[in-house]
Amino acid sequence: MWQYLTDSYNWSGNEGIWARILQHLWYTFAALGLSVVIALPIGLRIGHTRRGAFLAINLGNAARALPSLGLLMIAVLLTNQIGFLPVLIALVALGIPPILASTYAGLSGVDPATIDAARGMGMTGREILTKVEIPIGLPLIISGIRSATLQIVSTATIAALVSLGGLGRYVVDGLKLRDFPQMFTGALLVALLAIVLDAVFALIGRITVSQGLKIG
Amino acid sequence: MTWIGDNLGLIWEQLREHIYLAIIPVILGLIISVPLGYVATRYSWLANPLIAFGGLLYSLPSIALFIVIPAVLGTKVLSTINIIVALTIYTVSLLIRNVIDGLRSVPPDVRQSAIAVGYGSMHRLIAVDLPIAVPVIFAGLRVVTVANISMVSVGAVIGIGGLGELFTLGFQKDFLTPVVVGVVLSLALALVADLILVSLQRVLTPWARVSTPVAEVA
Repeated sequence: MWQYLTDSYNWSGNEGIWARILQHLWYTFAALGLSVVIALPIGLRIGHTRRGAFLAINLGNAARALPSLGLLMIAVLLTNQIGFLPVLIALVALGIPPILASTYAGLSGVDPATIDAARGMGMTGREILTKVEIPIGLPLIISGIRSATLQIVSTATIAALVSLGGLGRYVVDGLKLRDFPQMFTGALLVALLAIVLDAVFALIGRITVSQGLKIG
Repeated sequence: MTWIGDNLGLIWEQLREHIYLAIIPVILGLIISVPLGYVATRYSWLANPLIAFGGLLYSLPSIALFIVIPAVLGTKVLSTINIIVALTIYTVSLLIRNVIDGLRSVPPDVRQSAIAVGYGSMHRLIAVDLPIAVPVIFAGLRVVTVANISMVSVGAVIGIGGLGELFTLGFQKDFLTPVVVGVVLSLALALVADLILVSLQRVLTPWARVSTPVAEVA
């Protein structure tokens, strides 16, 4: 494996390790961005109005049971194409539930007395959402995005099954060729990428948490 | 539909493999995390590092573990042991937090009463601490069981994956039915397993019948 990793030939070029990492990150962030765009507003709405909580909670739980590989295959067969679109669909389907559930959980955890106080000070509904509920719920919202990222980055590996690139290529190609060092390389790089992204989100979480919350 | 009828044997086979691959790690994981969690509550400086390490392990992609484990253990890449070890690692890494939290949730006066009436530390763990920790431990057990059931299918990428093999089969043959059968059975399995755990928890905690347990939101 070290031989594979330390051979500079394997790192450069269109099919080199750097290129694979970039592809992997591209799938991850495209899917993550889309999941956030879809799930965050819905989660905020449910958390703010407290209507539809049943949906947010149960969707989060049910989604844990969905096999991502099956989801990808269904997306491939239904869109009738292999490539980026079905992968994006499958990854977004994985990303939405944790973001939705934890956004709702973050907002619904806000002390009602705090919201009453904000309303008493004359804040409008929108102000309560942006100045009170979101800042207080932010740690949970970010942890939801964080777990969505982890799910997506590890599942993006299976994109290689439907002839896309990314780090999964090493796993899939290595398996076909019985080239186990190549498989280990892919597996190790995915794990490293997951750990790095997780650390980045932990850092973001720490930076963005409101000062007022840290003291208490 | 005719495909299902013609392949009942195959479907049943994969379903059985799926149950086996998902459930054995939960049992092994529980057997490992309870003593580990107990040790961590006795020596409390151990608790936070253990929980943090568990979080790190849980963030590793399953497919990576499925492949790296044979390199570490020296097993064959296509051996079911890899899946079982990987999922056991996930189970322990998630469950350890719940076991520690659960054991910590035992009220100090309950613990002291147990000591006062003469319970030894082992007897107290089994007869007092663990029963009180059951709801918290089961919350983790439910999460990890459902996650394991969906994760087993990923193993199909490397050739062992229970119902996941129906996914690769459907993909290779450009045929939706096996994939849908696999997804539906996988979801049904998760639902049944969850129901079994909920009923088991009710049986184990007869004093808590009044209130319903609240599932943890990830």
